Amino acid sequence: MGFLEELRALFPPGRLLTKEAELVPYESDALTAYRRRPLAVVLPERKEEVVEAVRLCYRHGVPFVARGSGTSLSGGSLPVEGGLVIALNRMNRILRLDPKARIAVVEPGVVNLEVSRQAAPFGLYYAPDPSSQPISTIGGNVAFNSGGAHCLKYGMTAGHVLALEVVTPQGEVVRLGGEGLETVGPDLHGFFVGTEGLLGVALEITLRLLPKPEAYHTLLAAYGSLEAAGNAVSQVIRSGLLPGAMEIMDRLAIEAAEAAVKAGYPRVEALLIVELEGPKEEVEEEAKLLAQVIKESGALEVRIAQSEAERQAIWKGRKAAFSAVGRLSPDYIVQDGVVPRSRLGEALKEIGRLSQEYGLRVANVFHAGDGNLHPLVLYDGKKPGELERAEELAGEILKLCVRLGGSLTGEHGIGVEKKEYMPTMFAPEDLLAMERVKEALDPKGLANRGKVLPGHGQGPHLGEVYA
Amino acid sequence: MPEVRANSLEEVQEAVRTCPRLRPKGGGSKPALSTPKDGETLLDLSGLRGILEYAPEEFVFTAYAGTPLKEIEETLRAHGQYLPFHPPLVEQGATLGGTVAAGLSGPMRERFGGLRDFILGVRFVDGEGRVVRGGGKVVKNAAGFPFHRLMVGSLGAFGVMVELSFKVFPSPRATQTLRLTYGNLAEALAAMERLRVLPLDLLALDLIPPATLEIRLGGFPESLGKRLKRLQEILQKEGEVLAEDETHWEGVRNLRFLEEAPTWVKVPSAPAWVPKLEDLPLGPRRYLAGGELLYAGMEAKGLASLRQAGIPHLVLKGAEDALFPHPPEAFFRKLKLALDPRSRFPLG
Repeated sequence: MGFLEELRALFPPGRLLTKEAELVPYESDALTAYRRRPLAVVLPERKEEVVEAVRLCYRHGVPFVARGSGTSLSGGSLPVEGGLVIALNRMNRILRLDPKARIAVVEPGVVNLEVSRQAAPFGLYYAPDPSSQPISTIGGNVAFNSGGAHCLKYGMTAGHVLALEVVTPQGEVVRLGGEGLETVGPDLHGFFVGTEGLLGVALEITLRLLPKPEAYHTLLAAYGSLEAAGNAVSQVIRSGLLPGAMEIMDRLAIEAAEAAVKAGYPRVEALLIVELEGPKEEVEEEAKLLAQVIKESGALEVRIAQSEAERQAIWKGRKAAFSAVGRLSPDYIVQDGVVPRSRLGEALKEIGRLSQEYGLRVANVFHAGDGNLHPLVLYDGKKPGELERAEELAGEILKLCVRLGGSLTGEHGIGVEKKEYMPTMFAPEDLLAMERVKEALDPKGLANRGKVLPGHGQGPHLGEVYA
Repeated sequence: MPEVRANSLEEVQEAVRTCPRLRPKGGGSKPALSTPKDGETLLDLSGLRGILEYAPEEFVFTAYAGTPLKEIEETLRAHGQYLPFHPPLVEQGATLGGTVAAGLSGPMRERFGGLRDFILGVRFVDGEGRVVRGGGKVVKNAAGFPFHRLMVGSLGAFGVMVELSFKVFPSPRATQTLRLTYGNLAEALAAMERLRVLPLDLLALDLIPPATLEIRLGGFPESLGKRLKRLQEILQKEGEVLAEDETHWEGVRNLRFLEEAPTWVKVPSAPAWVPKLEDLPLGPRRYLAGGELLYAGMEAKGLASLRQAGIPHLVLKGAEDALFPHPPEAFFRKLKLALDPRSRFPLG
């Protein structure tokens, strides 16, 4: 039997898509500049079906891409031309939520925010909060080691994944990790998180839940320059405080957010949001210190949320900023490079210079606590050459982040978008080690082919590719 | 017993290329992991030491793998910072690399997480003598395969760690401890389970069998009294307050309570498993981090009972075969083949 016939034997007609009109929605993810037509899409409802699909791909040598909601901004869930897409959204059950053990065991298609929603009655939540959390799935979060606004204090997805059941690209099913916070032996589940689907598909994921903070103290401070806001962040850190989140927006982002949701932000060059969280007695003391630090930082205006509604109002503009900036321009590219916190000022200055040099506007909204930039490069795809110029500018920003000692990506992953830049951050030996791991677990190169590794698929001359 | 010393990256590469089987050793504080087996050459890394980069404002440092934790903690302390995963055996000479290889955290992991939550990057020499880097030196990073996380608990199976980067946090300004003794294990467990789901930001929550809880709070001196009082109200118990608690917890994190026992074992645990574990013939012991982590001393019969019950564990001292069970073959073996094809390193 051929590949498609065998697929038909595994999946009923409604859950095997092969017609052009059915395939179009799966041709790209949130990085819409890239499109590929898969051969077929399957919609498994049980993990056994995923395993069978992967085994079938292995037997026939057909590349496959597992995907959830397709919110990847790096093209991480872009299909392979002629390959299979395994769409996991229907595997969206929380299999077990054990408040005593502080864990949730979930299927990969469960939406991030749903975990916190289900855990809320027990006073618990799932900490990683990528901006995509109302839509993105845990399976995708695992593949990309998703972040969010709270990574300095709470870390990224990897820390919150306690165990995984995985199907390897060769169709073997393996359990990695345990049920609790501690394990013995190599942290294989920790290693799997962030490998962008190149080493297999997660079938079941055990997540760490945390008690929801008791009290919040949310402060908004206005500054006359981005640099001043950046310096304020350094001063907060130097004071010994460990806020849950620190976010900065520049003028362009503020104006866009105002136009979109009328958050009532002051119209200034830069806004800083700082949020403290913890037991109420502790937050009270921390807030006193924060007030003093912010006062000394030269803030033009300071607002403190006096109620949950006011807190939400402060966050509303920040959360809307991305899509709002999108309205300022027909098209935009968003990057998520990281710089050491103390180099933020330098990085922003250089981004401003590059923006002028390329004649393209760049809006900045970023996680200041962990140095994770989010420059939005605005362009008009209808103007000849502007996309290319925007991509070049975005690339310059990535190289800048690496040069300053940071990373190509804080949370979006490498995907297809940034793989050409991998050699700027990693030496040939580092990349070859990744290639060897890929080769050992996926000798046919089927799982999410064409992502992360710039030399993959180049045959036996890999060494030369990286030389 | 053959032995080589490596005090630099190049010397590590040289040792890897010339010795068919290697057993890395840092401070030797976990002899079950650092004692060479037949045919292995001891690779002494205690000279590969020193902090390479530390920017307090970044909450990040990079150090050679053989750096004693004591040295690292002293440096951090001078800047009001600490290792939040609170590694054990610091006084006994534990190094950064050995702690990563064993995957060990201590009582204060309760507050912000364990070693795996704080490791940011690694530079290691693989089984072919090649230098490989994974992760980075910033607190947030999603680029490339995370080799640094693979090192945690690996016992050195994939390579010899040379440099490690970690995230650190500001130390709590003040601490206090509440000690409560209950009538029996079930009561103590119930109290611990209650605290586990409350947003109290405890620094440590330990259960000492048969029925004592030690709860450590950290924060502003002005708030600690109020938080302690609230804790007493929640538990409806006065208990004993240790206002000066640093020395006590140093003893705990250095596993002083195990000293009399011949065999030291780490057991991943959970509150629900405590009654079952308490039925085994174990020696001095303490459940850390709300019951998630047991360090137990025992004799041969205790170890045998753990194996017989199929309970995963890692022996730190006093037995030849340290890791139970062995890592899942389907995934582990392929990683091992990719990074250590000649099986030079442990877990061959």
